[in-house]
Amino acid sequence: MAVKEKKQAVPRVKMPEQAPEVRRRNFKEVPLGLTDEMAMTEASRCLQCKKPACVEGCPVSVDIPGFVHLIAEGDFAGAAERLWQKNALPAVCGRVCPQEAQCEGNCILGKKGSSVAIGYLERFAADRAREQGGGALPEVAAKTGKRVAVIGSGPSGLTVAGDLVVKGHDVNIFEAFHKPGGVLVYGIPEFRLPKEIVASEVKTLEKLGAKIELNSVVGTTITIEELFEEGFDAVYVGVGAGLPRFMDLPGENLIGVFSANEYLTRANLMKAYLFPEYDTPIARGKNVVVLGAGNVAMDSARTAMRLGAESVKIVYRRSREEMPARAEELHHAEEEGIEFVLLTNPTQFFGNDEGRLVGMECLKMSLGEPDASGRRRPLPIEGSEYRIDCDLVVVSVGAKANPLLTNSTPGLGLNRWGNIVADPVTGKTTKKGVWAGGDIVTGMATVILAMGAGREAADSIHDYLTRGW
Amino acid sequence: MFKIVNREEMAQGTIILNEIEAPRIARKAKPGQFVIIQSHEKGERIPLTMADVDPDKGTITIIYMVVGKSTASFSKMAVGAEYFAVIGPLGKATHIEKRGKVVCVGGGTGIAVLHPITRALKEVGNHVTTILGSRNKDLLILEDKMKKASDVLHICTDDGSKGHHGFVTDVLKDVLAKDDISLVVAIGPVPMMKFVSSITKEKGVETLVSLNPIMVDGTGMCGGCRVSVGGETKFACVDGPEFDGHKVDYDELSKRLRAYQEDEKKSLEQFEKKA
Ligand SMILES: Cc1cc2nc3c(=O)[nH]c(=O)nc-3n(C[C@H](O)[C@H](O)[C@H](O)COP(=O)(O)OP(=O)(O)OC[C@H]3O[C@@H](n4cnc5c(N)ncnc54)[C@H](O)[C@@H]3O)c2cc1C
Ligand SMILES: Cc1cc2nc3c(=O)[nH]c(=O)nc-3n(C[C@H](O)[C@H](O)[C@H](O)COP(=O)(O)OP(=O)(O)OC[C@H]3O[C@@H](n4cnc5c(N)ncnc54)[C@H](O)[C@@H]3O)c2cc1C
Ligand code: SF4
Ligand code: SF4
Ligand code: FES
Ligand SMILES: [Mg+2]
Repeated sequence: MAVKEKKQAVPRVKMPEQAPEVRRRNFKEVPLGLTDEMAMTEASRCLQCKKPACVEGCPVSVDIPGFVHLIAEGDFAGAAERLWQKNALPAVCGRVCPQEAQCEGNCILGKKGSSVAIGYLERFAADRAREQGGGALPEVAAKTGKRVAVIGSGPSGLTVAGDLVVKGHDVNIFEAFHKPGGVLVYGIPEFRLPKEIVASEVKTLEKLGAKIELNSVVGTTITIEELFEEGFDAVYVGVGAGLPRFMDLPGENLIGVFSANEYLTRANLMKAYLFPEYDTPIARGKNVVVLGAGNVAMDSARTAMRLGAESVKIVYRRSREEMPARAEELHHAEEEGIEFVLLTNPTQFFGNDEGRLVGMECLKMSLGEPDASGRRRPLPIEGSEYRIDCDLVVVSVGAKANPLLTNSTPGLGLNRWGNIVADPVTGKTTKKGVWAGGDIVTGMATVILAMGAGREAADSIHDYLTRGW
Repeated sequence: MFKIVNREEMAQGTIILNEIEAPRIARKAKPGQFVIIQSHEKGERIPLTMADVDPDKGTITIIYMVVGKSTASFSKMAVGAEYFAVIGPLGKATHIEKRGKVVCVGGGTGIAVLHPITRALKEVGNHVTTILGSRNKDLLILEDKMKKASDVLHICTDDGSKGHHGFVTDVLKDVLAKDDISLVVAIGPVPMMKFVSSITKEKGVETLVSLNPIMVDGTGMCGGCRVSVGGETKFACVDGPEFDGHKVDYDELSKRLRAYQEDEKKSLEQFEKKA
């Protein structure tokens, strides 16, 4: 008991960060990373629980006490290897997992004080390993002669590819875009996840022997049937939730109203924030409104701030408690001067003669009884309409399944929202030889869930290829 | 990959043809479909229609007008140079069927887009009347090919340097008055498609137009290419690019095409300064 009390006395590490006034105008990563000493001290706070609650909170059951202990001992490479056993992208997950709802949310230390900073430690170990040349590559098993096509190079597809290439299968990834990484490159901004990290993970995969065919839109450039005809033995579909949701409000097609997908793709994938060095332009709003309150909304709002906005507002129809973004993103956004306009819903957009956005109308809301999602339902307050002047609106109210691939694949069962139906344990779809996982199955979820689904599917695909089921 | 194997200049160098190696795309492409193309890693992704494909050779042909930074930089690429990315085939293919008498109306580089469609319409047994328009005779492209692909060819120039002195719509009115036309396909500048559609709407003649909004991914993922058709929002890259000409909100499209005008100017100026 005495030991535990002593450990609690050491405060949770504070992540060194770029100051809000500085970082709100640049695209460099916000947290600067822990020093060796900080990491070791933080790691030593862990109680090394016999029945670690933290692990139960992690969707892929990372051996948290194990890797944290190795950090405390100063064995950073060992810590990274321990992470890789369960998680192919620890440098990514350490940065983007909603830790407060997963591992850290379950940590026993959090019950009384503050939890171990598992996310910070995870990124620390992975970053050190990468800086030191990426660590030892896992051994690749003897070639099986089997060929797997992985469609989509997001976290889900990358995980499947990594697992199967190590097991000796030939793996080809087909990616629609000209760069691999999925949402990690086109959605999540540089200031939250440096693209160099994703590139290094992809390079490791290529070193292991996986091949990546960019610019290949499966469904049009080549169909799943044709992949089988070309000699692939199994197909994994990890194409994400790539269809933007709009709100169907009057004026939504004015110049200045964008989907978050478009706005963030221009900024991140096309590097429009470096225009005109990069050719793709992006709208730089003075008064920006972002609709929605998830991670995508925070990323859009913070991007707009970095592109020089005078004011950026998050307009959300529920209250603060219901905002689905990671706690750290909300905190960072607020520090950077993003305003939260809560219990407010847009009703229409106003434009000028040139068809450019000049403002929007909003309605105030109150919270009623809980709805199907268990959250209190927002109800409009009659007569509460008011106007917000704005020249840029980013609609970040979710994404749906893109039908491009699924429509071109006969025999692939879909649910009523167009998501692929897959076995929750194995990832098997209704079509023989085809597996699916990640956002195309679940709807937009998280990086770690997409990776977890990929890992399960890879095991199932391996069984199928080696044992026939 | 994506190597330029043939290059031609047309319309006094304002329009360029590139034949590009892209075997997978060439095998699948159908008339009316387009590619998204990028010349280098820092370049933007721009959509261009396939004016021709050769599945045996594994090549596609694009014909583009030099209008801004991206097309200007493409125009500097010689035979043997490679594009960084070519993605496709994208968009819905034109629905080709025997309708009887059809009219194809083309203007500017729209003629390049129109050519494979015209050819396919004739191949399935339609009687094709083609009406082409350009500012003057030197800017007219693909005249010979269009002649071959049509039963009757009319040419209109704004300055009267060739064919009818005036707009394609003048000739179209005559054709519609004389003949029982079952389908009009109009591809060209937005105002041209708008005027053609208003004439055919009056006469109740079905009209297809090909829309060219600003695109990014070309796969339905960004929604940047939204157009209003019959009061509904459509994504031109996956729901089109062809739509019922009578239902399109052309004014909205014209405005949306000007979204980045200032940046585009800046980008081109900088490019020309460097060159
Ligand atoms: C802006 C933003 C911020 C986010 N922030 C977080 C966060 O902080 N934490 C978190 O855990 N999650 C976050 N998410 C959610 C998370 O990124 C996704 O849940 C996750 O990336 C899903 O992975 P995936 O592999 O299923 O698909 P994706 O990452 O979407 O990758 C799919 C890939 O498939 C490609 N593709 C699509 N169609 C085809 C086709 N027909 N042929 C070939 N390739 C195709 C796409 O181009 C893409 O590269 C965020 C999402 C967004 C958009
Ligand atoms: C489906 C489709 C097929 C097309 N086919 C052809 C073709 O076969 N031949 C041809 O000459 N042109 C075609 N276009 C138009 C062509 O894409 C534009 O001319 C080109 O993008 C201009 O780029 P730029 O950088 O040279 O000029 P910019 O100066 O950047 O732009 C000039 C104008 O082109 C439009 N434009 C700019 N960026 C884009 C973009 N990303 N997507 C679409 N339009 C844009 C805008 O209206 C802009 O004002 C097509 C467009 C679409 C949507
Ligand atoms: S993968 Fe995510 S949830 Fe699991 S331990 Fe790491 S940060 Fe926590
Ligand atoms: S629950 Fe917290 S204290 Fe216990 S092992 Fe996990 S991280 Fe360490
Ligand atoms: S170009 Fe992005 S959805 Fe059409
Ligand atoms: Mg341009």
